[in-house]
Amino acid sequence: MSGTNGVAPDVTTESPDVAVVGAGPSGLTAARELAASGLDVLVLDREWEAGGIPRHSDHTGYGLRDLHRVMNGPAYARLLAERAVEAGARVRTSAMVTGWAGERSLDVTTPEGRIRVDARAVVLATGARERPRTARLVPGDRPPGVMNTGQLQNLVHLHHREVGTRAVIVGAELVSWSAALTLREAGCRTVLMTTEHPHAESYAAFSVPGRAVLRVPVATRTRVTRIIGHHAVEAVEVEDLATGARRTVPCDTVIFTGDWIPDHELARAAGLDLDPGSKGPLVDNALRTSRPGVFAVGNLVHPVDTADIAALDGHHVARHVRDYLTGVLPQGPGIPLRAEAPFTWVSPGLVRPGAGTPPRERILLWSAEQRLVARIEVTQDGRRIARRTLPWPVSPGRVFRVPSSLLSGADPHGGPITISLA
Amino acid sequence: MNTRQMRYGPLPVERVDVAVIGGGVVGAAVARALSGHDLTVALVEARCDVGDGTSKANTAILHTGFDAKPGTLESRLVRRGCELLGDYAATTGIPVERTGAVLVAWTDEELAALPGLAAKAVKNGYDRCEIIGAEEVYQQVPALAPGALGGLTVPDESIICPWTTTLAFATEALSRGAYLLFNTRVEGVEPPSGTAGDAADTVLRTSRGTLRAGWVVNAAGLGSDVIDGLFGHTRFTVTPRRGELFVFDKLARPMVNKIVLPVPSSRGKGVLVSPTIYGNVMLGPTAEDRDDRTDTSTSEHGFAFLLEKGRKLMPALLDEEVTSSYAGLRAATEHGDYQVFLDAGQRYLVLGGIRSTGLTSAMAVAEHALGLLGEAGLRLDAKATLPDPPRMPNIGEAFPRPYQRADLIAEDPAYGTAVCFCERVTEGEIRDALASPIPPADIDGLRRRTRALMGRCQGFFCGVEVEGRLCAGVARANREHGEHGDTEKTGEAQ
Repeated sequence: MSGTNGVAPDVTTESPDVAVVGAGPSGLTAARELAASGLDVLVLDREWEAGGIPRHSDHTGYGLRDLHRVMNGPAYARLLAERAVEAGARVRTSAMVTGWAGERSLDVTTPEGRIRVDARAVVLATGARERPRTARLVPGDRPPGVMNTGQLQNLVHLHHREVGTRAVIVGAELVSWSAALTLREAGCRTVLMTTEHPHAESYAAFSVPGRAVLRVPVATRTRVTRIIGHHAVEAVEVEDLATGARRTVPCDTVIFTGDWIPDHELARAAGLDLDPGSKGPLVDNALRTSRPGVFAVGNLVHPVDTADIAALDGHHVARHVRDYLTGVLPQGPGIPLRAEAPFTWVSPGLVRPGAGTPPRERILLWSAEQRLVARIEVTQDGRRIARRTLPWPVSPGRVFRVPSSLLSGADPHGGPITISLA
Repeated sequence: MNTRQMRYGPLPVERVDVAVIGGGVVGAAVARALSGHDLTVALVEARCDVGDGTSKANTAILHTGFDAKPGTLESRLVRRGCELLGDYAATTGIPVERTGAVLVAWTDEELAALPGLAAKAVKNGYDRCEIIGAEEVYQQVPALAPGALGGLTVPDESIICPWTTTLAFATEALSRGAYLLFNTRVEGVEPPSGTAGDAADTVLRTSRGTLRAGWVVNAAGLGSDVIDGLFGHTRFTVTPRRGELFVFDKLARPMVNKIVLPVPSSRGKGVLVSPTIYGNVMLGPTAEDRDDRTDTSTSEHGFAFLLEKGRKLMPALLDEEVTSSYAGLRAATEHGDYQVFLDAGQRYLVLGGIRSTGLTSAMAVAEHALGLLGEAGLRLDAKATLPDPPRMPNIGEAFPRPYQRADLIAEDPAYGTAVCFCERVTEGEIRDALASPIPPADIDGLRRRTRALMGRCQGFFCGVEVEGRLCAGVARANREHGEHGDTEKTGEAQ
């Protein structure tokens, strides 16, 4: 990484007990809990304002599981930031961590200068982003008007700017409907939602009324194969996956939604072990990464679950950070936790006996396919240790949660544990 | 001239001594060289910015010329241009990284071709190539796929920022008094009749009005044959050759510390893997002859071809995310060499068929062009004093960037305020670009000057912020210069 090279001599140094990178729900919650227990906590966020993604998600539904109330995104973001500051955490915005200067030492660029943060423990809470059109290898022309939900919501909610009048949304998951709502607010009609899956993947509770109210046609088993338009988007080419037939859908805006990838640059730069499925840092049930004293929380490790679940990671990690600071170190290498297809990742990816339960006593999984009946099987060393049918379906585009009690029969000295669908 | 007159309204000048058609790297280099003399010079460009065509979308390599066809004009000018541009880059701060290249042989046939290539390099005046065994190939590029049989090193092949290069030439031309005329498409040409005596000018009918020129240099790249035709010639035909490329995430950069070249075949130079000056890894280009001179779209078959090549060359690369993909059009002709012709009667010079090597050779092409023009009678009196060459902002990774420089941030906190996080572009750099002598006209122009928005998130986090700053900057410039020119409306109406 270019950003990790030598620091000029006139750099100021900060030495907090804990540095938290990222002031979204998980980072702010971790900061609040750690500061409340008397530790010196420094939160670093590159944006000019704390709060993370909920800042520009101007719809309700935030705070349910962590704050036991429901509020809109911006209010939730503000409240989490206020609570962290009230608890004594220092929240520093416009502070971009550019690399590592040591095991738990960070290089930071701020308007006040370059800073080195030598912390005793580091919590990475850098979140996730949607894969842009380029990373999805969609060819064609490259006009403006093609963006992710993040940019769309930023544009409409924070900057109150206009978008086009006819949009195609790529994806039909929870975030895709959120994009449709934002488009409607901006006076832009969604002419088509495309998904490669045979069903719209969002909760029926959202997508059924969503379809009725927003009147959005959903084309299942389709994909966008080309973007057309020199100076502005004129159309997209959509392929029917079953027949291979292609048609042109006129539009002036294309929103690529979902398909999350963790913002893992710092984790990669540190050389932390990665989870090959989620591409986030590999963590154990205490949210410890492979480097002692470095923890990872939120959608960086499970891209992506809802904001309240991310926030509760912050709650969970606080105890383990305190333990680390008092000298408690992980025992043993831990047992790898794996998931079989159609699951693409499982979090945590490592179970350490004796480290307690994972956050909310749940194992999180991501599926590439829909299964209306979720019959879960857990095996270790060729032995089935649990089997249970869960009363909620497996759907792509949202996290599938399994009680961690299903792992209680595992042999602490045994080999990898595998979760699969029977 | 002010920045508004560059782009909008009637042309700020009626007659110049020399008009250079085409604001790509070659045209900008020629305008820069000419404007060092007592001449009025105009750089006439159809698009809204310099370097907005072939010069912006190429492999961005500063070539040694080791593999050129010996004895050609291209061979000579690439060799000379490489020296000139290397020195100029050091003076002006154009980002260059001396990575070196290794040409990899995958078959016995390719292995057998290496000694011939080394001998050809010597004929081209380059004697530092060395043939190496497979083991050393893997030492140099450990991430390479298995199966390499050997290689040829080219220690002086380098990577360079093509955007800053063109911009530096144009910025210096401007500071030397040249007119930069953007949004000025040449639609008709009335060459000097020959009967009107020595003083007769060429009349260029453009989308912004008429420009008279004593001499005309055609550096119109993809359109050079069309302009040549307007002068009444049919000497070559440009067939746009589309090259599609992938740019991989910066996290892939440690895998590729050298330019990895294939052994050239009759079908062209082939697909290479190269570090970029911005800290990414590039894979490409494809080579596909097209008809449409404006179609820079990417294609499914192009992507499929690149993925297949990537898997064969460096499978680990494909585990990383693709940050961007683009396509450029090279101005290929039916001839094997640059198409340079001077017509003394018409006082007209064409610099055509300058393909992917044009970035490297541009300064030598300009030197050559001035020689030809001088011989044909253009008076070239060096200006008594010239302004210092510009010092360009560093947007490469070889030297510290503003966000890393405690000294700069201490002087001006705007260099410590990140706006585009993925590329680590600061408020100060965006402000500077908007206030620069040739400010950007659109988001692509800002990207080429600062790197803003070219990173892995493609605008997810900062897109709106960056666009807002561009709009505000452009609006400010138009307000400030509004009273000097006509209204924007007039400019668009023409």
